[in-house]
Amino acid sequence: MAKISMIVNGNPVSANVDPRTLLVQFLRENLRLTGTHVGCDTSQCGACVVHLDGKAVKSCTTLAVMADGHEVKTIEGLAPDGAPLHPMQEAFREHHGLQCGFCTPGMIMTAIDIVHRKGHDLSDHIIREELEGNLCRCTGYQNIVQSIAAGAKAMANSDLA
Amino acid sequence: MYEFKYHRPATVRQAANLLVKNEDAKLIAGGHTLVPVMKQRLASPPHLVDLSHVEGLDAIEIKGRSLVIGATATHNAVATSAVVGEAIPALAELAGQIGDPAVRHKGTIGGSLANNDPTADYPAAVLALGATVVTNKRRLKAEEFFQGMFSTALESDEIITKVMFPLPKKAAYVKFRNQASRYALVGVFVAKRPSDVRLAVTGAGSDGVFRVTVFEEALKKRFSHKVLDGLTVSAEGLNSDLHGSAEYRAHLIAVLARRAVEAANAKA
Repeated sequence: MAKISMIVNGNPVSANVDPRTLLVQFLRENLRLTGTHVGCDTSQCGACVVHLDGKAVKSCTTLAVMADGHEVKTIEGLAPDGAPLHPMQEAFREHHGLQCGFCTPGMIMTAIDIVHRKGHDLSDHIIREELEGNLCRCTGYQNIVQSIAAGAKAMANSDLA
Repeated sequence: MYEFKYHRPATVRQAANLLVKNEDAKLIAGGHTLVPVMKQRLASPPHLVDLSHVEGLDAIEIKGRSLVIGATATHNAVATSAVVGEAIPALAELAGQIGDPAVRHKGTIGGSLANNDPTADYPAAVLALGATVVTNKRRLKAEEFFQGMFSTALESDEIITKVMFPLPKKAAYVKFRNQASRYALVGVFVAKRPSDVRLAVTGAGSDGVFRVTVFEEALKKRFSHKVLDGLTVSAEGLNSDLHGSAEYRAHLIAVLARRAVEAANAKA
C-alpha cells in the first residue's frame, strides 16, 4: 500500500491505496466523487478528464500515486453546492450541449482547459480541434461546440476560473 | 493491472540504483504508454520507478548550437515552448500533433523515445535532425539509439536524461493520421542541415523509423520538392494492415516528403 495526500476540489485528502489504483478509481470509489466517468478506459474518450495542477488530464491513465502531493479539480469542484453553476456548466445547460450526459463532465473540464490555454474568444474550428480527445456518441457535437464558445465568453466576466 | 511496488526517486542516480536493485523494474514519467499496456496486462513490471519528481529533468534550453530538451518535458511543454518555437518550430508543431490536449499534458519526450513505437512522431524528428540521446551513462546518436520496432539501445539500468537537437537551417514535419487512432499512418520529417539533408519516415516501416537516402541525395543537390519528381520508395519492408497496404504507405511517403519540403521552404 502507498500513502497518498492531495488537494481535491480545495480539500486536503489522504488515503492508503494499492499503487495500481487509477486516479479515477480513487476519485470515484474512495472519495465518492462519481461525477468523473470512466468511458473507454483507454485514454481516448475523455469522459474521465479532470484538472491536475490546473491542466486537463485523463484520470483513467493516471495512477493515483502520481497525483500524490498535487492538486486535483473535478466537475464537483467547479461550483459550490447550491450556488449558481460555473459559467461553462450553465452554457452547456443553456445551449443543450448534451443528450445522455455521460461525456458531459469530461467535456466541461476539457472546455475550461481550452479557455485557460486559448482564451475567451474561440472559433468553432479551434474548439473542434481541441475536442479531439473527447468523444460524444449522441449530440453530433454541434451544441457542444456552441456551448463551449458561449461558456468561454461567459467565463471572461466570472470569478469562477 | 497486476500489482507492483511504486518508487519515487528524487535524482537520476537514485532512479538508476532502483533499476539495478529491482529486476524488471520499469521507468514511468507521464505513464501514457505504460499505464495502458499495464491495464491490458501486456506489461506487468513488479516495480515502477517514477521519474516525474526528479527536479530539472524537464528543462528546455539552447546550449551552443543545439536545442536541449529534458527527458520529462511533456509534449505540451515542447509544443508551447517559446524556445522550441524559435529554434526548431517544426519540432514544436510535431509535439502539438501528438495524441490530444490531455495526453500532451502528461506524455513525455523521453517516454516516447524509450518506447520507440513504430507509429510515434518523435523518432522521425530525432533521426532526421540527427539528434543525440543523452543518458545517465553515455551519448547515443539517433542511428545507434533506434534498434527496430519497440526496441532501443538502452540498457536495463539506463535512463534518458535529455535529447540534443542540432539546429537545422530548415525543417518540417508532415503527418498523415490514422483516422481512428490519430497515430501516424505515415509521418515524414525533413531537415536541411548545414552539411546535408536528412529525411526520416515514421509509421510506415515494419522495423520502425527509417531514412530515405534516395530522397536525401536529391534534396542535398537542390532543396526543392521538384527534385523528388519521379522518385519513389519501395513497398518492401513497409507495414501492411487494415489501415493501409504497403503500396499505399509507399505512395504516401513520396507525397508527404514533397509536402514536407514545401512546408520547410515556406517557413524560411
